[in-house]
Amino acid sequence: MNKLFTYVMAVFASLLPSLAAAQEAVGVDERINQIFADYTGWYVSFIFAPLPGTNFSWIALWLVVGAVVFTVYFGAIQLKGFWHSIQLVRGDYSDPDDAGEVSHFQALATALSGTVGLGNIAGVAVAVSIGGPGATFWMVVAGLFGMATKFTECTLGVKYRNEFPDGHVSGGPMYYIVKGFSERGLPLGGFMAVLFSIFTILGALGGGNMFQANQAHAQLAGVLGDYPGWITGVILAGVTFAVIAGGLKSIARVTEKIVPFMGVFYVLVSILILIINWDMIGWAFGQIFMGAFTGLGVVGGFTGALIQGFRRAAFSNEAGIGSAAIAHSAVRTKEPVTEGYVALLEPFIDTVVICTMTALVIVISGVLNQDPATGLYIWNEEAGRIATEGDVSGVALTSAAYARAFSWFPILLMIAVVLFAFSTMISWSYYGLKAWTYLFGEGPAKELTFKVIFCVFIVIGAAASLGPVIDFSDAMLFSMAIVNIIALYFLMPIVKRELNSYVARLRSGEIVKHK
Amino acid sequence: MSKSTIVVGLDGSEAGARALAFAQAQAKQIGDCSITVCFVIEWSPFTFQTKEENEQRHMRREQELQRAHDVVLDPAVADAKASGIEVEGIVRHGDVADILEGVAKKRGAIQIVVGRVGERGLKRLFGGVTGRLVAGSSVPVTIIP
Repeated sequence: MNKLFTYVMAVFASLLPSLAAAQEAVGVDERINQIFADYTGWYVSFIFAPLPGTNFSWIALWLVVGAVVFTVYFGAIQLKGFWHSIQLVRGDYSDPDDAGEVSHFQALATALSGTVGLGNIAGVAVAVSIGGPGATFWMVVAGLFGMATKFTECTLGVKYRNEFPDGHVSGGPMYYIVKGFSERGLPLGGFMAVLFSIFTILGALGGGNMFQANQAHAQLAGVLGDYPGWITGVILAGVTFAVIAGGLKSIARVTEKIVPFMGVFYVLVSILILIINWDMIGWAFGQIFMGAFTGLGVVGGFTGALIQGFRRAAFSNEAGIGSAAIAHSAVRTKEPVTEGYVALLEPFIDTVVICTMTALVIVISGVLNQDPATGLYIWNEEAGRIATEGDVSGVALTSAAYARAFSWFPILLMIAVVLFAFSTMISWSYYGLKAWTYLFGEGPAKELTFKVIFCVFIVIGAAASLGPVIDFSDAMLFSMAIVNIIALYFLMPIVKRELNSYVARLRSGEIVKHK
Repeated sequence: MSKSTIVVGLDGSEAGARALAFAQAQAKQIGDCSITVCFVIEWSPFTFQTKEENEQRHMRREQELQRAHDVVLDPAVADAKASGIEVEGIVRHGDVADILEGVAKKRGAIQIVVGRVGERGLKRLFGGVTGRLVAGSSVPVTIIP
């Protein structure tokens, strides 16, 4: 503990002066931005490049096509297996002799705490304000298909994880790529696994860290008044370091308990708002369905809604990125397929339920300005989105929409945003660490090195407005999806074999219900 | 062959030890009677855990089982055996009341003996472990103060 403390102090002592200097000299920000833009700009443009003749980025299509392929290949597993998934989470099939191991419910809750977050609050607001209410429809469609992707990757994650002599486990795409490829006699498994790990580390430092810290600070500054970002950064980094470096497990536990509670509370408040405005629900669904196919006057019309919806779903539920496979592989089950079943509930809860709630409340609240004469949305040319009340977007728009029903909501939302950001950071520190140990091996010193790097990036993320750096890290998240989904295409026959065997034994009664 | 079984809930406390002593006396009186000593580690599949906790869960579970045997169960079983009674010791994860009831049912036990747990405040109001055991048990329950 003492050693840890000196470590923390040393890290902060070395950081503080340089950060203060960075705040004073805006030039440092700009220089870092410039360097990043010069060297990585081409890669970011490549990842987010639109398909020729459209403004639909090919990477969003990549994820959706993957999801559709897995849906067809596994015979709409998300529909056929939905009830079985719920039975598994309830523990109906859990062997009492395995009590004390990680349960399906715990695995699901842990994985969800990594995905439910800013995407559900800020991202949806962005999608609806750019793509119109119709974006919600396509978001739900993409979420439903994404369930099959999660099923595939999480089954593989459990099947090919590493179990170490002391009993702890490590798993994820890097492990199933190597082992699965060699099992099928395919080349390049090792190369792809290394590539995936590098993308994961960079993605963890960016989208899973700097972006979260940045947004958390923006939200705090928005409610509490402006103050320097490095203060938020140092506090967040300190708490995060205390948690991930092992000292303060209790904070992690508290977060793990509060975050699901916040999520449930968020949904309940949304439902309450919908009940209060029950007479408008039909109208809102009408807006969503009509908007999905006509655009309702939103520039870009039908395709605009489609693009925004698909993008939002991909960002929010992480299906195909490979992160969930890392989280789920900790479960000790005799049947890897059962973990796939459980994981397919994630995009459903994250996208189909929570994102849709946010979207419905935004539409019903009327914060999106409509032309009373035509019923079409008024386009704000300058901002590139629908004109909104108070001229805001992102978290602020969600906040405004909920504030129409409950004036205290923005304060609660601020707490929720900070907690969600924090739990996402903790989750991604774990994903990054797993990729790190895959590359460099397991060991306390190696792991501590990554944890220190991770916390330094929190401060940078909160303190600086590093647009190009964050763009680059977003590009890394999607690069993970390129490697991962290619691997999933090659490995899906293995999952199919597992699934067929499992379903056959379920039918024959060999797999018994314990409740 | 033993005709009857008494299930004893053990938690390492003095009341638990008294419960076992009581069960031993009962078993001797009955004559053809065995004792199943059950140590329950409080655990629920519906809690929220961190990723590291999940990763190390299997390891921790093994340690918990080992500790339960070493510290509480094995000495108690050895003691009881020394007095000439057929004794079996088991460790389970889960809800104490549910597990004891389940074990008793499975073994066709004639009664469950537990030590009273000193509970205060809300727990007393809503019924603690012993309260729920009494409320839900299918066999007679003896509570040793």
